Amino acid sequence: MTAEASTALLQMTGIVKTFPGVRALDGVDLTVRAGEVHCLLGQNGAGKSTLIKVLAGAHQPDEGEIRWQGEKTALSTPVAALRMGVATMYQELDLIPGLSVADNIFLGHERARWGFTKDRQARRQATALLKRLGHPEIPPDREVGDLSAAGQQLVSMARALAHDAKLIVMDEPTAALAADEVTNLFRVVADLTAEGVAVVYISHRLEEIREIGHRVTVLKDGRTVARDLGADTPTSELVALMSGKRVETVYPNREESTVDSSREILKVEKLGRDDEFADVNFTVHAGEILGIAGLVGAGRSEILETIFGARKADEGTVYVNGKKLKNGDVRSAVDAGVGLAPEERKSQALLMDMSVAQNVTLASMRSYSSFGFTDRAKELRDSRAKLEDLDLRPADPRRNVSTLSGGNQQKAVVARWLVHGCRVLLLDEPTRGVDVGARAELYRLIRELAADGVALVLVSSEMPEVLGLADRVLVLRDGRVIHEAPADELTEADVLDMVMEGSAA
Amino acid sequence: MTQLDPAAKRDTDVPEAPAPRANRGFSVDMRLASLFGVLVLLILIGWITSPDNFLTGSNLDTILRLAAPSGVVAVGMTFVIISGGIDLSVGSVVGLASVWMTTLATQAYGPFVMVVCGLAVGLGAGLVNGVLIAYGRMVAFIATLAMYISARGLAEYLSNKQTQVVRDQDFLTFFRGEFLGVPTLVWILAIVVVAGWILLNRTTFGRRTFAVGGNPEATRLAGINVKRHIAMVYGLAGLLAGVTAVMLAARTTAGSSTNGMFYELDAIAAVVIGGTALTGGRGTMVGTLIGVLIFTLITNIFVQNNLPTEVQNIAKGAIIVIAVLLQFRTNRARSTT
Ligand SMILES: Nc1ncnc2c1ncn2[C@@H]1O[C@H](COP(=O)(O)OP(=O)(O)OP(=O)(O)O)[C@@H](O)[C@H]1O
Ligand SMILES: [Mg+2]
Repeated sequence: MTAEASTALLQMTGIVKTFPGVRALDGVDLTVRAGEVHCLLGQNGAGKSTLIKVLAGAHQPDEGEIRWQGEKTALSTPVAALRMGVATMYQELDLIPGLSVADNIFLGHERARWGFTKDRQARRQATALLKRLGHPEIPPDREVGDLSAAGQQLVSMARALAHDAKLIVMDEPTAALAADEVTNLFRVVADLTAEGVAVVYISHRLEEIREIGHRVTVLKDGRTVARDLGADTPTSELVALMSGKRVETVYPNREESTVDSSREILKVEKLGRDDEFADVNFTVHAGEILGIAGLVGAGRSEILETIFGARKADEGTVYVNGKKLKNGDVRSAVDAGVGLAPEERKSQALLMDMSVAQNVTLASMRSYSSFGFTDRAKELRDSRAKLEDLDLRPADPRRNVSTLSGGNQQKAVVARWLVHGCRVLLLDEPTRGVDVGARAELYRLIRELAADGVALVLVSSEMPEVLGLADRVLVLRDGRVIHEAPADELTEADVLDMVMEGSAA
Repeated sequence: MTQLDPAAKRDTDVPEAPAPRANRGFSVDMRLASLFGVLVLLILIGWITSPDNFLTGSNLDTILRLAAPSGVVAVGMTFVIISGGIDLSVGSVVGLASVWMTTLATQAYGPFVMVVCGLAVGLGAGLVNGVLIAYGRMVAFIATLAMYISARGLAEYLSNKQTQVVRDQDFLTFFRGEFLGVPTLVWILAIVVVAGWILLNRTTFGRRTFAVGGNPEATRLAGINVKRHIAMVYGLAGLLAGVTAVMLAARTTAGSSTNGMFYELDAIAAVVIGGTALTGGRGTMVGTLIGVLIFTLITNIFVQNNLPTEVQNIAKGAIIVIAVLLQFRTNRARSTT
């Protein structure tokens, strides 16, 4: 124990943090050594993000002790943590959309003399950092708001690297990344640890932990339930520790359904948007799940948003039940029974300052109001039922959405369309940041919807998810459909080859 | 997870959003260009409606002298609005500072002390705003509204609602004079605009002002003292109101509690016309300068043609609406999602 204390870079003991009505951390211990990748596991709402915010100086703990290289420290502000050598990539992207890539990377420690910024130097160093991350093509003077989620994640990563920290905390860095980006990230993490930098790594993708993790600490309900396990601990054991029960993450079998599967529900004809995607054709039948595979940036989200009317198509038409949708008009899509659970929960889906119930019933206001007055009791009842289905914790529909953990916010987005009851449901990364147990539940619900005759379109960066859940798969590359096949005729390797092909040139 | 041949992943999957958003840098320039077009148009109108007087040196002098004080206020307002705030009090602070620097007691100390007094009163009032907003967590609108009322009240109290004539000849000769054929007041405007531009675009202070307006929580997490920064931004706006008070005291040769009346509204309008977003995080100094010139030109054209001020105000209101609509159109490409 004493030996460990002397070699430990960071030691947090008995950390307690309460928010009004919640004890988010209830005595957490975490020990991190220099040069290791320390994985932090736990279900949605277990307290992982809260813990790392304490470590980053963004939250003040109510109790507990933090030791850095053996010495007791207090982290009263984010500056104190940065000075000490802790850089953090937060779960919710923490960038300034209106500033350039370089400005974001060096925000707070600008390259400057006498207060005058040295922009050329900043741009050069930003490019060097992005190159290290495998993306020299991102222009450093591009506004961050113009980058995709994955691009922003890279900027956030570059920023953490720019600090020359001794400990880098990554809160679900891969949630917005596709397979190839993940490989890149892992290479960088390996480089860092070889230089003696420690990494605290949070992810719900357990296979990642086996790949890069050295040791694992598991949180449950704000307590450390297991510390310093080896990365080779069997998945089933980790899951059991996290959830207190056994969870099987197999994709549920297709149920025998009575749906007339010959009925075309959604039909997309020659859909295209300049510079995004072109000539996209497909149909989805009642009870069918269509998966769309492709790299981030291939135009997957753009297609869904265009079908939904959030973007205006430059060419082509969308039909629902044989009826043409008005181009670029969300209202007409929603009236026809189309729902979209978008990729960016915070900016595209949630009203952060409203209650969970209000968020869940937002799309179905009509069925919750009469003469313009909302039926609050019904609203609470129905949303509570869905929250319990999705295992959203705390299952209190009156809470503010902003106080939920990331994964639980994601569940609220999905719950909105489950309550709404749509004929066509477009799901864009529905499991981003959702823990293993809740994921299984979500898969089951998606299958149930299909069995009820809903036509579903699923976009996911996780290939097994697309292949395991969908009936048919479209493979997308650079905005074009390059392959279409039943899911059971495809393997993960096939699809990866297809989406990568040509990009090697 | 998957073993990839590193060479196989030369990234064509550029993680960038679609092109329509990409050319927004271009559209910002377009906006400035169209603003500039409006300015040229107004000059043409002025020239056509009064060909004999409009383009004369003396009228140009008048226009620039008129633009100078409100321009200085607008520079401060640009910082405040980019940082995501608003300052309703600047006009009243101009009045208060102009009264304070021209009381008999202050004038007795000579011109230098008068100027310092004007600047200090402005800075002080601005810092009070800033501290209330940043540390007292008051909404900027409310805090500066309170200052708007009480600064004007204090100015009336100090001056007994009397106009205080500036007696110091050195003060008047210097500030009403010329240098290289250009009025001192115009020099001051030019210096403030250039310094403001540098501060906004070439210093960490400016960079952080954009950051605070764009996303205050993210700025805090980046290790920046957001509260202190906000306080400084309002302090800057107050200081520039003090500069304006000095300029007005020279131009009108008097300090009065009515000095600077409605300057806050003109400044906000000029800043908004100039393309700075009221939601914070975006804006340009050049746009603000053009906004100020547009406003002054309208006034001048109406005066030249002996048209009543009512009509002038209608025209100003219309210009604001048009400018904001134009901004809305250029911003729409952005909010496709
Ligand atoms: N600002 C806040 N106010 C109130 N409650 C909060 C706040 N932030 C977090 N919580 C609560 O604290 C608990 C822990 O949240 P935290 O974000 O740390 O979870 P997490 O382990 O990161 O989950 P996820 O995997 O979903 O990201 C949750 O119950 C959450 O609702
Ligand atoms: Mg979290």
